Amino acid sequence: MNGRRFAIIVFIIAIMFGTVVLVGISKNTPLVIITSMIATTIAVATPLTLGALCGLYCERAGVVNIGIEGTMLGAAFFGWLASIYMNTIFHFPAMPSLIVGVMAAVLTGGLFALLHAVLSITFKVDQIIGGTVINILASGITGFLNRQMFFGAGSVFHGNIPDSPGVLPTIRIPLLADIPVIGRVFIQQPIAWSAIALVIITQIVIFHTRWGLRTRAVGEHPRAADTVGINVIRMRYFNVIIGGLLAGLAGAYFTLESISSFQPDMTNGRGFIALAAMIFGNWTPFGAWSAALVFGAAQALQINLQFFRTLIPPQLAVLQNSYVVGLAPYLLTMVILTGLIGKTIPPAADGKPYEK
Amino acid sequence: MADDNIVLEAKNITKQFPGVLANDHVNFDLRKGEIHALLGENGAGKTTLMNILYGLHKPDSGEVFVNGKSIVIHSPKDSIQAGIGMVHQHFMLIPVFSVAENVMLGDETTHLGMLDIRAVSQRLQELSKQYGLEVDPSAVVGQLSVGAQQRVEIVKTLYRNASILILDEPTAVLTPQETDDLFRIMRQLTGRGVSIIFITHKLKEVLAVADRITTMRAGKVVGTVQPKETNEAKLASMMVGREVILTVQKEAAHPKEEVLRVEDLHVLDDRDLEVVNGVSFEVHAGEILGIAGVQGNGQTQLAEALTGLRPTKKGKVIIAGKDLSGKPPRPIIETGLAHIPEDRQRHGLVLSYTVADNMVLCNYYLPPFARWGVIQQEKVDENARKLIKDYDVRTPSPYVPTSKLSGGNQQKVIVARELSRDVKLVIASQPTRGLDVGSIEYIHKEIVIMRDRGVGVLLISAELDEIMSLSDRIAVMYRGQIVVVVDARQADREQLGLWMAGAHVEAV
Repeated sequence: MNGRRFAIIVFIIAIMFGTVVLVGISKNTPLVIITSMIATTIAVATPLTLGALCGLYCERAGVVNIGIEGTMLGAAFFGWLASIYMNTIFHFPAMPSLIVGVMAAVLTGGLFALLHAVLSITFKVDQIIGGTVINILASGITGFLNRQMFFGAGSVFHGNIPDSPGVLPTIRIPLLADIPVIGRVFIQQPIAWSAIALVIITQIVIFHTRWGLRTRAVGEHPRAADTVGINVIRMRYFNVIIGGLLAGLAGAYFTLESISSFQPDMTNGRGFIALAAMIFGNWTPFGAWSAALVFGAAQALQINLQFFRTLIPPQLAVLQNSYVVGLAPYLLTMVILTGLIGKTIPPAADGKPYEK
Repeated sequence: MADDNIVLEAKNITKQFPGVLANDHVNFDLRKGEIHALLGENGAGKTTLMNILYGLHKPDSGEVFVNGKSIVIHSPKDSIQAGIGMVHQHFMLIPVFSVAENVMLGDETTHLGMLDIRAVSQRLQELSKQYGLEVDPSAVVGQLSVGAQQRVEIVKTLYRNASILILDEPTAVLTPQETDDLFRIMRQLTGRGVSIIFITHKLKEVLAVADRITTMRAGKVVGTVQPKETNEAKLASMMVGREVILTVQKEAAHPKEEVLRVEDLHVLDDRDLEVVNGVSFEVHAGEILGIAGVQGNGQTQLAEALTGLRPTKKGKVIIAGKDLSGKPPRPIIETGLAHIPEDRQRHGLVLSYTVADNMVLCNYYLPPFARWGVIQQEKVDENARKLIKDYDVRTPSPYVPTSKLSGGNQQKVIVARELSRDVKLVIASQPTRGLDVGSIEYIHKEIVIMRDRGVGVLLISAELDEIMSLSDRIAVMYRGQIVVVVDARQADREQLGLWMAGAHVEAV
């Protein structure tokens, strides 16, 4: 990541944090407010980070995946469904139910990715269309099943929405979490921690291992990779599926970590923002993560402003309108993508099917 | 032929592609430590044969022996295993990777699961010392010169312990000096027991470097000869199947008035870098000015700027006395420009259009081809039939899409369209790139005919032989500038090569 981009990120985050501090200063000390903002930012950036990593594996291998949104949505639904089945029908305790839910979500992500791989790698369908198919399919299937299973006469749960097993518990980092006030940052739920770990793992895998070297080769110049005996099709399949597993984990965040319910289309464009984060981060794990944090901060801003709504001074009355604040993450995506992003260089063979 | 020295043998290889018998019972063998040239025109089947040896195609029938053992090659992996390495015409390197990364790709050395760049670099340095191939393991490939990239390709095969090296048209992208360098490397390699198959269509080079020469034509082997018992003319007729006039025959030029004047031209490329900086020259009616230079020194952008396809940043372009700087193509064409573009498929033709339609692309909107804005199809067809006959375009009919024609015939469609009009200036960029000897001969002849009719010709080519045999004056372009303009009769091949490589112009 270059200096310019880093400066942009720091600048945007400073503005957002500053706004919340100004609004909340009469009620809390700046340190408390900033700590809470950071903690929220890390949490809400989780699906964006994981989604961006999904895009990164796909595109580094030369497959554009705009189906991250749908993959996350599908995973969110089926993960949640699995946890409810385990909990209410098979009477498992909450914790094992949640773990099975996460596994189901990850698996769902992998299956959606497999569909994308078959369409775009084997059948060489336009990759944008393949991704769109996944988005529409996920929205349709989850909306339909949600209605059929939980509402109305004859549904599986007879119109009674069952109790869900709750959300994944937080994990405290020993010692660090005990620091007064700012220790709050080190108390996060497991998927949030996994996302950070996966950023580091991805950095190592992509840039320092055989797998990563071959993945990048396949995304840059598949024919060159082919001539040294690398199986281009196989590399692309595996990377797209790895990406899908990560997007599945991102889906689990929505229904098993953030809240314990499912709403139709609840991913709400987060898959596309993740894609934007990956591009802003120039197809690097740390770049994508920092971009995800910016978008996460915008969402944290929105959450905190709603929390401090009554304190907003009359001059800034516009910020009391929840719609205006709710726009922040999306507005920011547009501004960053159109104006601030500068030149990024995608892998040379990104989006191009490989023809022998 | 029970010869212990034979390291590679292909027996009775046959390969059928839809509509073409690419290899028809081909036999080929390679001895230890020799350079065996494989000569042939485009479509003769050389590349198919090599792709079979390298595992990119499967033969329909026939056998391949390496060191006397029959082997089956399913993929490049198998051929690498058998000690065969190939340097492709279009390099198989990843521009954003370092030399070390490129070399190890597919055959990585790891330490605790991590890529061991240091070990690879060390091995590279040893190889580079052993074979006299200079490479810097940490350099990024995209920033290396073409010659250096080729060395990386060769090292890449040696790194995989290749003892049989296939070089596919390796000199196509090199300067004369780089070519000499490559030949020196090739001899060094054979001296150390490496055997080389050298694929080319350049006769001079074959005679200079090969130990044996096998010629292919239309999927069959025509014959194998020793360089000392043959010459260029004999090889050419083996390749083409008839007598070929290799030297361009032309009288002395009679230059008249100026038809193109370029003053201090500056042009930017797609990345906004100034790739033509301050070029000035003029072309007279009845002469051929050749612009020599290694590809990528601004020639492409110069031609695009002169023909109105690319905006100019600064400077003047005056054609037939008319200032056309920064004008779009149509007024330039109407002033009397014929353009044979570098990329014939993208800028010369609409591939999905028929031959007839492509032949009126410059003047379809003018009478007699259009009346009241309606295309007069019978006039278009009539024009096409005449041009197909006059310019010997081999096409089943005027109504087939140009995408169905061979490269040589596609180029003839362009030449017919451009040169049949009443023009004052011809700009021809790489007019014979990728064409076979027969088509090259034809196009060279047409260019000289234009000159003798009193048309000014600007010839831009990366082929020094083409420049030297056609031009009356030669300008050398290096890093966006014309470094020298010389009379073709006094031009010296070596000296031109040095200028093309950026040597300072002193004693002129």
